[in-house]
Amino acid sequence: MTTVQQEKNIKRDIDILRFTTVGSVDDGKSTLIGRMLYDSKSIFEDQLKAVEKTSSKRSNVGAEGIDFSLLTDGLAAEREQGITIDVAYRYFNTPRRKFIIADTPGHVQYTRNMVTGASTAHLTIILLDARKGILDQSRRHALISSLLGIPNFIVAVNKMDLVDFSKEVFDSIQDDFMQLVDKLSLDKKNFNFIPISALCGDNVVNKSFNMDWYNGPTIIDVLESVDVQQDIAKKPFRMPVQYVIRADNDVHKDFRGFAGLVSSGSIKVGDEVISLPSKMSSKVKMIADFNKNKEFAIARESINLVFEDEIDTSRGDLLCKLGEEASIVKEFKANLCWMSEDLFKIQKKYLIKHTSNLVKAMATGIDYRLDINTYEKASAVELGLNDIANVSFKLLKPIIADLYSENRITGSFILIDEISNNTVAAGMITEVVA
Amino acid sequence: MSNLLEKTKLDHLRQLEAESIHIIREVASEFKNPVMLYSVGKDSSVMVHLARKAFFPAKIPFPFQHVDTGYKFPEMYEFRDEFCKELGVELRVQRNEEAIANDMNPFKYGTDKCCAALKTGGLLSALAEGAFDAAFGGARREEEKSRAKERVYSIRDEFGQWDPKNQRPELWNLYNSKINEGESIRVFPLSNWTEIDIWEYIKIENIPIVPIYYAQDREVVIRNGIIIPIDRSSPHTSPREGEKVEIRKTRFRSLGCMPCTGAVESDVTDIDGIINEAKLARKSERENRVIDLGSDSSMEDKKKEGYF
Repeated sequence: MTTVQQEKNIKRDIDILRFTTVGSVDDGKSTLIGRMLYDSKSIFEDQLKAVEKTSSKRSNVGAEGIDFSLLTDGLAAEREQGITIDVAYRYFNTPRRKFIIADTPGHVQYTRNMVTGASTAHLTIILLDARKGILDQSRRHALISSLLGIPNFIVAVNKMDLVDFSKEVFDSIQDDFMQLVDKLSLDKKNFNFIPISALCGDNVVNKSFNMDWYNGPTIIDVLESVDVQQDIAKKPFRMPVQYVIRADNDVHKDFRGFAGLVSSGSIKVGDEVISLPSKMSSKVKMIADFNKNKEFAIARESINLVFEDEIDTSRGDLLCKLGEEASIVKEFKANLCWMSEDLFKIQKKYLIKHTSNLVKAMATGIDYRLDINTYEKASAVELGLNDIANVSFKLLKPIIADLYSENRITGSFILIDEISNNTVAAGMITEVVA
Repeated sequence: MSNLLEKTKLDHLRQLEAESIHIIREVASEFKNPVMLYSVGKDSSVMVHLARKAFFPAKIPFPFQHVDTGYKFPEMYEFRDEFCKELGVELRVQRNEEAIANDMNPFKYGTDKCCAALKTGGLLSALAEGAFDAAFGGARREEEKSRAKERVYSIRDEFGQWDPKNQRPELWNLYNSKINEGESIRVFPLSNWTEIDIWEYIKIENIPIVPIYYAQDREVVIRNGIIIPIDRSSPHTSPREGEKVEIRKTRFRSLGCMPCTGAVESDVTDIDGIINEAKLARKSERENRVIDLGSDSSMEDKKKEGYF
């Protein structure tokens, strides 16, 4: 059988949706995920059996006699304490999509994990407890999701069974939340409000019989229908040079290819490409591939480009198309989520990892710190764990970047502490200083 | 042009492939001395294939390391040697000869001690001897609940130990390769793949796998409800006292050491059959891995001590 024939037997039109779930302690995130896995039949009998034993000792048990949160709490300490400590990744499929869930804990001290989960997400499920409404943490979750540029939201009002499935309760929480959406200047049409009971299964995978007043989609309906191809392939072409491949054998004489993951846009043989910062340009001669060379490649593919001319480019450089180049940046402002217990200080040097570049940087000033409850801007001289602020940076060597609002890959970076080597902050470029 | 764009849609397998290749290239760029752990199973086959693609048309720029417990299936050794010869890669094989000479086995010492000596012990000495600062492994988050909490870059201290409560945040596709003296990383390029993804990819890319993934008549015994394969060439893979040897048509969903790897009854002899079985399975692929059945946190405990 040829490869083409073989491929027909596999469903090749499904794509991947990455989403994250956030909520405060006890809002029922793990229960919701357990419910999605269970109702979509993604849980194996042996896994179920292992938690059934423990479930009998717990109070958080659904109609099936299972504490679903036990399915997702992976570490011994989590099962003992009944809390989620670390980001857990879960996988399930429906006939329409493959889903990757980043289940992130709600405790204040673990907010950095939420940022981690949100950074690659196409969608966030913000979980609220119908009895409690919006909490300080919900405000923080909405803020972080919006800063990280997540394009779609589900606001799931959970534990509706505990408020008699009341429409009034749901409406009033929705109204309150819309005020947050306004304050964050987010687009209302990207929000879906859904009343659910994760414990009983209402409106998660299956439609609820307890809320006639709600005619909207279930959580799975939204997850299956949200558009993730977006316009990332229609944006300007960006490819950070990651690795230079050299070979010299009978088939490939003096081969020199530039390998990397396409961040955005598309590229085809014959396109005129410019390498930054050298500003040398050439035409694409070949998109080399193991199976069969490609004529065309799009965002999110890992490719290997061969040019017609020899051009000066290496790891850390950015390839663009002529006429739509990214900026060469030595000074910029960025939103920073500080993730370390050590304080963030200005005038201190950090390492920045941005695309395939590692550059020394100095913070020259904190423009403002965001109050996570009121979203108001206040001045600050240092930052502590979980603080969010807009900070100015100066670089020792330029990077090639876009604004985060335009490109989540070429606009993002991490800060690394030079002494501890830890990842201490997530950064999103908001302004380039010319 | 816009027509091409409309027509080109990356499906889940191509997205996973691209992400894995990105990770493999990143490690090869930023670490001095990486190694790829090669365990001969289906996930290793896929990981190796992705490494070939990542550097094509150049050769894979790092060696492979097999940690051999001495208890692997004869078909695995045969496949390993042939596969690596064909690729032309450097294959390093590590055995904990001292423990093997002292007759380490799961029956007398239990699976935990046996794994600690032959797998974790062998792995840690292999990494130390090669002075490797990064080791690729084919583990997937979907496989097991403590693995679900693992980063793509998993920092290990000088004893190879994992500290799950103290993991670095991992954002976007930006990996922090800075490590302290004595530390190393384990890298999991297949983190986001599921068992079904692996089989579908093996199919579309025609990747060679050990033949015992397909059903064949085999001598087995039923031990604690698990179908255990028999190989009379060694005492610990031979039937135990009182056990009845039967011939059953069986195959393996995942491969480990013979005494600890259960078979499943099956007639499947082609890849489509395997994919169908994986889709219909009501039990996880590690259901027959005796080493996971010790306690609710078996794998987490092993990982903390340096296991993959």
